[in-house]
Amino acid sequence: MAERTELTTATSAGANERPVSPAVDIFEDAGGITLLADMPGVSKDRLDVKLDGDTLSVEGRVELDMPSDMRALWAEVSVPRFRRTFTLSRELDTGRIEANLKDGLLTLRVPKQAHAQPRRIEVSSA
Amino acid sequence: MLDNMHTPQRLSEQLETMHRLLSRSFGLDGAPGSIRSVAYGAFPEINVGRTPASIEVFAFAPGIDAASIDVTIERNVLKISGSRASAIPQRDVQVQLYSNERPEGRFSRAVTLPDDVDPLKVQAKYRDGILRVSIALSAAAQPQRIAVQ
Repeated sequence: MAERTELTTATSAGANERPVSPAVDIFEDAGGITLLADMPGVSKDRLDVKLDGDTLSVEGRVELDMPSDMRALWAEVSVPRFRRTFTLSRELDTGRIEANLKDGLLTLRVPKQAHAQPRRIEVSSA
Repeated sequence: MLDNMHTPQRLSEQLETMHRLLSRSFGLDGAPGSIRSVAYGAFPEINVGRTPASIEVFAFAPGIDAASIDVTIERNVLKISGSRASAIPQRDVQVQLYSNERPEGRFSRAVTLPDDVDPLKVQAKYRDGILRVSIALSAAAQPQRIAVQ
């Protein structure tokens, strides 16, 4: 019975809580776009990177190993979920997105389609 | 928001940032503010808790080499400091920057500990971007069972 109550509380808290947007750095170079997202407390099995059409979504659940007999004295972080979505444009090669998660930092690399990479146009002199 | 690249500070992005900051709590309702607390949005963010045997401090500091984090306790003030390198290639003129929200460079935060901690019994662990520092309470402060004769 006690177990069931705990489960219900955990689920409803998760559903009501609006997720927090992780802080991101995004930059582009000749080969593609790199996105870094701060997601402390998110491990690989709690991270979800999804692509739906041209919408890229990043979602992660925070896992805090708090002792059960701990009482909070001060809390700056209270939302247990990160989520943020991005719209990709057509010159990006969504089939080759690479994701890497280390120490709570997610790095996504979205390469450009080969034909979208910059090329130098030769100027011929007549 | 990877498209529309020439207006990085669009309204939607500003709202996103506001929401990000507002959705973090200011601390627990009714809990007194510490003189060492700082404006929110500081890096790393910190949660503090107390168990019958210890004080637990959680610092949310992703993407840092654990060996470069400095944890010190001096006169009951716990200090967590270090630095986080920028991930953005600095000298490449080809690089176009669209968003730079992640704090970088040196950071330092301090937490006042209660008087009843034992500063010699400290453990620090870094996992998935969270640094957890456990400071034991001194034996006298821990609950004891007194045998009834």
